[in-house]
Amino acid sequence: MDLLKVNWGRRKHSLFYYLFLASKQLFPLDLYLFSPNPFRFDQPSSSSRLFDFGRMSQAGVDVPAKGGFSFDLCKRNDMLIQKGLKAPSFLKTGTTIVGLIFKDGVILGADTRATEGPIVADKNCEKIHYMAPNIYCCGAGTAADTEAVTDMVSSQLRLHRYQTGRDSRVITALTLLKKHLFSYQGHVSAALVLGGVDITGPHLHTIYPHGSTDTLPFATMGSGSLAAMSVFEAKYKEGLTRDEGIKLVAEAICSGIFNDLGSGSNVDICVITKGHKEYLRNYMEPNPRTYVSSKGYSFTKKTEVLRTKITPLMERVEITEVGEAMEE
Amino acid sequence: MSIFEYNGSAVVAMVGKNCFAIASDRRLGVQLQTIATDFQRISKIHDRVFIALSGLATDVQTLYQRLVFRHKLYQLREERDMKPETFASLVSAILYEKRFGPYLCQPVIAGLGEDDKPFICTMDSIGAKELAKDFVVSGTASESLYGACEAMYKPDMEAEELFETISQALLSSVDRDCLSGWGGHVYVVTPTEIKERILKGRMD
Repeated sequence: MDLLKVNWGRRKHSLFYYLFLASKQLFPLDLYLFSPNPFRFDQPSSSSRLFDFGRMSQAGVDVPAKGGFSFDLCKRNDMLIQKGLKAPSFLKTGTTIVGLIFKDGVILGADTRATEGPIVADKNCEKIHYMAPNIYCCGAGTAADTEAVTDMVSSQLRLHRYQTGRDSRVITALTLLKKHLFSYQGHVSAALVLGGVDITGPHLHTIYPHGSTDTLPFATMGSGSLAAMSVFEAKYKEGLTRDEGIKLVAEAICSGIFNDLGSGSNVDICVITKGHKEYLRNYMEPNPRTYVSSKGYSFTKKTEVLRTKITPLMERVEITEVGEAMEE
Repeated sequence: MSIFEYNGSAVVAMVGKNCFAIASDRRLGVQLQTIATDFQRISKIHDRVFIALSGLATDVQTLYQRLVFRHKLYQLREERDMKPETFASLVSAILYEKRFGPYLCQPVIAGLGEDDKPFICTMDSIGAKELAKDFVVSGTASESLYGACEAMYKPDMEAEELFETISQALLSSVDRDCLSGWGGHVYVVTPTEIKERILKGRMD
């Protein structure tokens, strides 16, 4: 059996030792990392199912899983790819994302184009994601991955805030993100610029898809990062005021928008200072749609309809309780 | 050939004034051979939310059945219908769960939310939501659909004008795509009624 011959990364152990470990959910990394074909069991769902090797997982009922990824369809998708069909391309955010630290806090900026291959799928998407009231995160890479990872860490941060009773720190968000990304070894393709102001001061970090991080006074990521970095390297200085900082960030994003094909449309900016944040959605719109004809289209030849079926919808009835509430 | 070009599809949804329209083609093929001309791509989740799935037909049907199941459970628990934004998040989560072995389809979701405000969104095959204020497209004819909708769309159209616009955009785009066509299926939903129409198109 292939499973037994696989090198699990440390020493060669017997299969059952690893099943024991897996059932404790200690090493999700190993199970995915070294197997050519991810196994047919969901993890980290109930451990009893791990021992059913021959059977398809969750054969009958699609109950909401406990979380994590499910690899059910991998074998079928691989079979289709071997038959000559190309794998699907995902929505990427080609992107220019930047962050810089100014006198009173952090400014984050992003463009707003989402691409699917060479086609622009979304002309005005939001790339600056909310993590905590004092922490925001810009995301580049596969759009589903950046959204899912930032949503997940944002929920974890909120639970942590409830538990500790304190405001979240940027370093907490950083550690949670890098732990998750490293455990998927770069397959969760999310490159992030994380910035915020907490009790220890303003912080700005970059996180790469494989899980490495940098702490910087100014940072750029995405396909337009070189264009934006050239603006920063030329004009950044310490102790910028809020307006100077916003102007510099807008200039860096514009340079990405105009020079990089994967970035485009408008500029979003988020300014975070101690106790206050400002999300300037579509701060600048350097690419307005000017060619629209005011008359619009008028179709003289109507489309031919074969059949029409009209379903009237029920009136939505509002039930208001009149009278006194029941008493004991 | 890409997996999405195995069966062929074209789906578009547009927003109007307190109404929305969702349209799809009707062809089901196996690469270049047509095997059905009345394939149902648009499905009703409840009276005010519709979902249209483009891509591999088997995943279209499986995913639809899973989503109806989840919505029925929600209805039993909450004793009400799901809002379109909530439904979109549900679909996104179900698709992202299969991140490394995805369902090979791209959904387009359209619905009437609170105060009869229309809501449309599309996703790629792993659940990256793309909310739009005007129109969303999906399928093998998506590139032509983008062009046609950009040109023909106007904001705040009434139901009849919206129907005409979406039909013209769909038919002109599928005419330029070999893998989709054979007529069109359009639903126009206003707060008081659902109008379902079958369009006559080129049968080639």
